Amino acid sequence: MDVNVILENIPLYIEGMWVTVQLVVLSLILGLALAVPLALVATSRRRFIAFWPRAYIYFFRGTPLLVQMFMIYHGTAQFDWLKDSALWVVFKEAYWCALIAFALNTAAYTGEMLRGAIAQTPFGEVEAARAYGMSRWTRFRRIILPSACRRALPSYGNEVIFMLHGSALAGVITIVDLFGAAKIVNARHFVPFESFMAAGFFYLCLTLLIVWIFRIAETHWHAYMRPREEEGEEKGSFPARSAPAYAAKGL
Amino acid sequence: MLDLHGYLPLILKGTLLTVEVAVLSLLMAILLGLIGAAAKLSGSRGVRLLAQVYTTVIRGVPDLVLMTLIYFGGQILVNDIGDRLGWDYVDVSPFAAGVLTIGFIFGAYLTETFRGGIMAVSRGEIEAGHAYGMTPRQVFFRITMPAMVRHALPGFSNNWLVLAKTTALVSVIGLHDMVYNAGQAGGATRQPFTFYLLVALLFLVLTGVSDIGLRWVERRYSVGVRKA
Repeated sequence: MDVNVILENIPLYIEGMWVTVQLVVLSLILGLALAVPLALVATSRRRFIAFWPRAYIYFFRGTPLLVQMFMIYHGTAQFDWLKDSALWVVFKEAYWCALIAFALNTAAYTGEMLRGAIAQTPFGEVEAARAYGMSRWTRFRRIILPSACRRALPSYGNEVIFMLHGSALAGVITIVDLFGAAKIVNARHFVPFESFMAAGFFYLCLTLLIVWIFRIAETHWHAYMRPREEEGEEKGSFPARSAPAYAAKGL
Repeated sequence: MLDLHGYLPLILKGTLLTVEVAVLSLLMAILLGLIGAAAKLSGSRGVRLLAQVYTTVIRGVPDLVLMTLIYFGGQILVNDIGDRLGWDYVDVSPFAAGVLTIGFIFGAYLTETFRGGIMAVSRGEIEAGHAYGMTPRQVFFRITMPAMVRHALPGFSNNWLVLAKTTALVSVIGLHDMVYNAGQAGGATRQPFTFYLLVALLFLVLTGVSDIGLRWVERRYSVGVRKA
């Protein structure tokens, strides 16, 4: 183990971490912005309308992020009309391609999450809103969406972590994110063990940070559910607290 | 649009490799998951802590980083040990590294799935087993395991679908799976989009087929369960 190599390259890692954070935050914002209309349309009662966002969600959830990223980064070069257009400024850059791929991907996952949460809205809430004379759009904005967001919060925490982990793929297409930084350190000094281990450590720290943030968010937005907390074990909390109640019996 | 210039066999060969990697790493993940779940539910505090560290670390680090760590780092580690024991130079194959890493990662996820499944098995059934004088091992294999399958299946299915997609990463460490081969074919024909789209569709087929299979298994294991 050669810790000095890592210490010497800390600035590079920090730079990479900054790119990682940027990519994750930007793609999450873009993805969420896309996910809300996606989920809204996917819950439509008209089958033909609901089909399209569902097909989108099915495609992006059913295929690997790596392939999606390659399709956008390597794949778009196939189309001459795109290369000749002004859009090529965006598609020739690895950074933008990665960002587009991540945003489209997380939009699909988040959209599905929200769709499920919207579908589960207690009918009483909608009925009450109707009784107040709220229009459809007001109902969605004031009642359905906030309530669905609360229900989707724990699984959204997992999605954020998945996005962080998925963002490491950016290092594959020449972007110097945290993983890219580790690749550079490895290439310069040939210390695969130390370089990737350090990257793993930083990713772990970021993951734990996200977990912590979501725990605070959940205590805040789920405060109204607190007295009934003992009813069931929270799903999707990460890392799952081990509950070795069963342990005494052994296996 | 799908003019493949005779590259279809190459892609399908890659598909076969993808499936091989997926199935082998799934087997390893199941084994690790069962061990992990047993460890998490064990009476020994040390064993529980070890399992907790395993699941936390694995789920906190991106799969790609773990894979390169095991592939490149493992190479050095194995040869360091080999040097001391006087072995010849050992080449860690990307296939082994890929299967080991993916198995290792999903072992952590399945640990959680299986732990939840085991905890959902009704206590009375297990106690009945003990009352019949079965050894703990017999109770585990005859009662806990079969009853746990039903509870663990939804989580298991989900993990398998994620695992199948994760196999795409082995192309990064140079294994000639379908993603890698699509890159080759796409470069040669200057139609990368076509080939990556084809691979994406093949992944959809793979997940679609497993979805059907898993639903069938789920129905079989839920026989005798009344639905609300």
